[in-house]
Amino acid sequence: MTQLALVIDLNVCVGCHACVTSCKEWNTSGPAGAMSDDRPYGADPTGTFFNRVQTYEVGCFPKTETVHFPKSCLHCEEPPCVPVCPTGASYKRKEDGIVLVDYDKCIGCKYCSWACPYGVREIDEHQKVMKKCTLCVDRIYDLSLPEAERKPACVMACPTSARLFGDVHDPESAVSEAIRESGGYQLMPEWGTKPSNHYLPRRKTQIRIHTDELIRADNPLKKERQLPQPDKNEPSLDDVTSW
Amino acid sequence: MHPAFSVIFLTTLIGVGQGLFLALYTGQVYSLIHVLPTQAEGGFYAGGSALALLFLIAGLVASFFHLGHPERAWRSAAKWRTSWLSREVIVLPSFMGTVFLYAAVHYTGWNPQVATLGESLPLDLSLVIGAAGTALCFALFICTAMIYACLKFLQEWHSPLTVINYLLLGSASGFTLAAAFSVYSAPEMVRFYGTWAMIITFAGLVTRSASLLRNARLKPKSTLQTAIGVRHVQVAQKAQGFMGGSFNTREFFHGKPASLLRSIKWLFLLAAFAMPLLLLGGGLSSAAGAFFSAAFLTQYAGLLAERWFFFAQANHPQNLYYQAIS
Repeated sequence: MTQLALVIDLNVCVGCHACVTSCKEWNTSGPAGAMSDDRPYGADPTGTFFNRVQTYEVGCFPKTETVHFPKSCLHCEEPPCVPVCPTGASYKRKEDGIVLVDYDKCIGCKYCSWACPYGVREIDEHQKVMKKCTLCVDRIYDLSLPEAERKPACVMACPTSARLFGDVHDPESAVSEAIRESGGYQLMPEWGTKPSNHYLPRRKTQIRIHTDELIRADNPLKKERQLPQPDKNEPSLDDVTSW
Repeated sequence: MHPAFSVIFLTTLIGVGQGLFLALYTGQVYSLIHVLPTQAEGGFYAGGSALALLFLIAGLVASFFHLGHPERAWRSAAKWRTSWLSREVIVLPSFMGTVFLYAAVHYTGWNPQVATLGESLPLDLSLVIGAAGTALCFALFICTAMIYACLKFLQEWHSPLTVINYLLLGSASGFTLAAAFSVYSAPEMVRFYGTWAMIITFAGLVTRSASLLRNARLKPKSTLQTAIGVRHVQVAQKAQGFMGGSFNTREFFHGKPASLLRSIKWLFLLAAFAMPLLLLGGGLSSAAGAFFSAAFLTQYAGLLAERWFFFAQANHPQNLYYQAIS
């Protein structure tokens, strides 16, 4: 079975929002109609988005770390939003595990958004239907695009390659490998929703250096000798040999 | 959650309608087994169930204001296998139809005997329809409450107490209305309905208080740590991704100060339980009809506040992601 999903590397994400704008650009221009905005240049702008990048501060100053956290539909393997839908407008595709909304069947009762603990479904205030990330289902199967571009718009846009896209059920895929090798984890595992999207944690590259590695054992010039330092005017090997 | 008035009116209005129908049918069954003076006239039952039907219709109308596409509402009967909302959509009209038939049988007087229970109890058509109506009525209470109780991460709702409260609060308001209605149409039933209204209102007070106590002790399962998956005691949001509002900031939080929430809690405890109990008690002891009407109006207003509080109190875990604008 295939389960397409995103793997988002929090170690690499710089919080530039390129995935947000790219997602909005692609999906607002799609056949499903615009993702409507209200007062985009006003005092209180609001609009429909599939993807948001949030920022968190971890730790207490000065030992803090900034975590940029992109959040979109996680395409859960046990999606709690799907069984509650009274019309069947919300569904999970058998062939690739993408959770989608049929905008022609949605009655806009918002019950599915109540049933999602992650808050990734947003109602379109103008079309009055529930909208959410489609994993760019109108892109990834488009044979008219070059094969390298058959990826979600957010993945294409990411300048640091923090977003990986692939089949998390295929153990050989790059996403499965990333989850396996880099400690990929799921959000809110306590609800048993089994999100397909995974996040890779922050990692620190550390090197352990011992003091004896800093001071040369073989040190003919005595430049780094322990105190007391040799006098500057004391002849060194250089002074002796350079004439 | 943000309390939507369409849903507040839907759940309270159909609760009254359901409770009133239960009251009428209970009265009829009690009359049948001669616990109560027999109601010769079908007019009381016909009028009462027409009133119940009015409340149900009003609730149904209110529910349409909740939908983005009311013209597609018929589609919502599709997924009854998995969705309690879909089940409610099927049960509510079925119940309304049954209440209509019950009213029609009493109104027209075409009420043939269809069976005999035991040796001497004749079962007429209205009793059979009423039994079906009662089953549908209970099913509707369960469906309505399970819409909320089945959402496991809304911990305030995910409890059998939610179902019990919907059942008892709806029945209490219905029995109170039945008492107020019988003052004018069947005075000999007032004592019966008034007493039951007090009993059910008191039971509702007990179970609603139990759920308030339970919710006060709840410990949220989700934290900011599990929400973003960073294990550190100190995690603070610095930006939620947008400066203005969004569906996420509007739909899942009531936006009122905690002090108002507390006031509403005491208000509904007074208006939905304490005051109606006093007024019903006053009505039963003084036999003044106005007490019962006052009891119903107070209780209904109290239940509106109760339902507002029910929604406002539920804390959705998605709010963890929207703690700071920037």
